[in-house]
Amino acid sequence: MVTRELVIVGGGPAGMAAAVSAHENGIKDILLIERDQYLGGILNQCIHTGFGLSYFKEILTGPEYAGRFINKVKDMPGIEVSLKSIAVKLTKDRIVTFLKPGKIETVKAKAVIMATGCREKTREMVHISGTRPAGIFSAGLAQKLINIEGLLPGKEVVVVGSGDIGLIMARRFVLEGAKVKAIVEIQKETRGLLRNMVQCVEDFDIPVYFSHKISRIYGKNRVEKVSVVRVDNNFNEVHGSLFEITCDTILMSVGLIPENELIETAGVIIEENKTSAPGIFVCGNSFKIYDTADSVTEDSFLTGKLAADYVLS
Amino acid sequence: MAVRKLTCIECPKDCRLTVDIENFKVVKVAGNECPKGEKYAISEVENPARILTSAILGQGLELKMIPVRTDKPIPKSRIFEAMNEIKKIKVQKPLSAGDVILKNFLGLDVNLVSTRKAE
Repeated sequence: MVTRELVIVGGGPAGMAAAVSAHENGIKDILLIERDQYLGGILNQCIHTGFGLSYFKEILTGPEYAGRFINKVKDMPGIEVSLKSIAVKLTKDRIVTFLKPGKIETVKAKAVIMATGCREKTREMVHISGTRPAGIFSAGLAQKLINIEGLLPGKEVVVVGSGDIGLIMARRFVLEGAKVKAIVEIQKETRGLLRNMVQCVEDFDIPVYFSHKISRIYGKNRVEKVSVVRVDNNFNEVHGSLFEITCDTILMSVGLIPENELIETAGVIIEENKTSAPGIFVCGNSFKIYDTADSVTEDSFLTGKLAADYVLS
Repeated sequence: MAVRKLTCIECPKDCRLTVDIENFKVVKVAGNECPKGEKYAISEVENPARILTSAILGQGLELKMIPVRTDKPIPKSRIFEAMNEIKKIKVQKPLSAGDVILKNFLGLDVNLVSTRKAE
């Protein structure tokens, strides 16, 4: 079996920072596994500004922030990057199995860092009744369709929830010529950053309904309309407050969940950036959901050092 | 004198600004944790501007969409005009992050630049 000092799963901001940090702390035999054909992870589709303020002390877009780390990784001879490689199994004794086009590979590592990011919550997780037509997207999927694939997924949009990606995508749809008819948030205030309420929502006069929720989705093949209802302090529907909004697209922006499937199936429990299995570490959004990529970077630098210290001890 | 409440958008700290305005000019800014807040308040009241980001079509390159930005903020009132121009652009030649795609974009003394490498 192939052996490595350190295997890192995930080549987004967390995995790249962990690799750079481990290399700087003395590990020169690192394998960085990334399922996409590029490093950078979700940063590649986050084409808006707001990255890098704390780490680089300047305002960068997601691809620029990723690009700087991609260059750092490339300049470090002890980091080997394996693209189009998806990890499918992790064991407690640090054996990682991954698929790449045409092959299955197994590697035994002295230490493993899981930097697998997070997933978006779906419609099913917030229990919206109604039909199941086409036209319901998570905000991040719509972001990928527009910014990476060059496809506009709809013309009349309702955003459910006011997370940062939802606010940013509301602006993105407006810039691309679609109409954003409403942002519907069950809480009394935004879950996103206020700066995004200003530059994404207020700048474009997008209506926001706080203390409201979508009570039903209508549409046979494609989304046709939603019904919206006000909620009280206990999130119960207020009788008589129901109204409808016609739309062809619904974006879900209702939160993120750390992606830890491989860690869970390995029977390992996360304890801060370490785990119950010696030598297995976790960082970035797969550890916990951070507000900014800069915070993910900071967390992952720390974890890269922890892993390096473990390997060298 | 008019007083405007603003939220600074220069960083994720979300500083709440109180801005005193006389004759459409900012005379005092309070609530900002750093000098960027004062600069933002003056711009927001006297000449609101934003960095615009979008993506342009690549032809024959490894990326179908190449992300772009203005290298400086442009007036808010020109954003849709700028988007109309951005939608017309197609690029065939390889780009590095930071390469200028359009110089003096809309005559505004800003450049439209690529934010990602595309070969």
